[in-house]
Amino acid sequence: MKRMSRVFLGLISLLVLMLALTGSVLAQGSDPTDDDVNAVASQLYCPVCENIPLDACGTAACEQWRGIIREKLAEGWTEDQIKDYFVAQYGDRVLAEPPRQGFNWLVYLVPALALIGGVVLLGLGFQKWRQAAVERKPADPSRKAKESSEPSDDYIRKVEEELKERSRSSK
Amino acid sequence: MKKILLWGGLLLLLVVLGVGLYRSQQGQVGVGEPAPDFELQSFSGETYRIADYQGNVVVVNFWASWCESCKPEARDLEAAYQSYRARGDVLFLGVDYVDTEPEALEYLEEFQITYPNGPDLRTEISQAFRIRGVPETFVIDKNGQIAHLQIGPFQSLDHILSVIDPLLD
Repeated sequence: MKRMSRVFLGLISLLVLMLALTGSVLAQGSDPTDDDVNAVASQLYCPVCENIPLDACGTAACEQWRGIIREKLAEGWTEDQIKDYFVAQYGDRVLAEPPRQGFNWLVYLVPALALIGGVVLLGLGFQKWRQAAVERKPADPSRKAKESSEPSDDYIRKVEEELKERSRSSK
Repeated sequence: MKKILLWGGLLLLLVVLGVGLYRSQQGQVGVGEPAPDFELQSFSGETYRIADYQGNVVVVNFWASWCESCKPEARDLEAAYQSYRARGDVLFLGVDYVDTEPEALEYLEEFQITYPNGPDLRTEISQAFRIRGVPETFVIDKNGQIAHLQIGPFQSLDHILSVIDPLLD
């Protein structure tokens, strides 16, 4: 009985191993789909057709490039390896996103700096306009009138003294 | 201080943009200008450095396998190369622009081209010559200056010979 179960376990293990191996062979040999190719192609630009990403370009040159991507994917290359290959062959300008080094930093920094500078300038401008508006604002006429109708401190003091005197004399 | 920084930054940005615009508007390296120095590694592995060929006439042809208008001149260029080959003072170099190697090799085989050809790695050679498209051919005289710029294909073998012959006298 024990021997039978050992043989059974051995067979099961062999079957699992065979399935695993078959699986890996299928994965390696499977052809990349158009979506797989376009996922890489969309990150590349062919210098011949400026401003058109490789996945959307219909020229013969771009078709050849997509063919290369398909071949490399079928060989098991990663996205980064393929992009590195294209950079080595055709230069940095094939990349949709220039690598963050050297002069390329300008591409990333200039828009951000321009935005920050713009916000700062606008803020300073608004502040100046507000100050100027406050300085130019004329005194509130209704307040002036109110102030003039209010009795002065001297007058109130005199009235209060008189009232006190009257109350004393009435007692 | 703030104002100086602001105006300095703005000026720098304008200079960078101006230089970029100027460079993009520049045409090809023109006739009479010195030819840019470059190194070409051929498909068969040899390296050609243009500075090593002072005293020779050098024909630099930019082409690509996907370029239909390159095909009519391909055989004529090979024929011209063959006609000067024995002299030894005319170098033909084919620079394969933005191409894929298998198709490029097929092209060379189809047109039976035997003079040295190699890929324009990182498009450095085409950028140095500031080409606008293919085919374009630069004929460099014995002093290293551009003697002829052919935009588009040569019309015939005679056309090519008529450009090179005067440079050999």
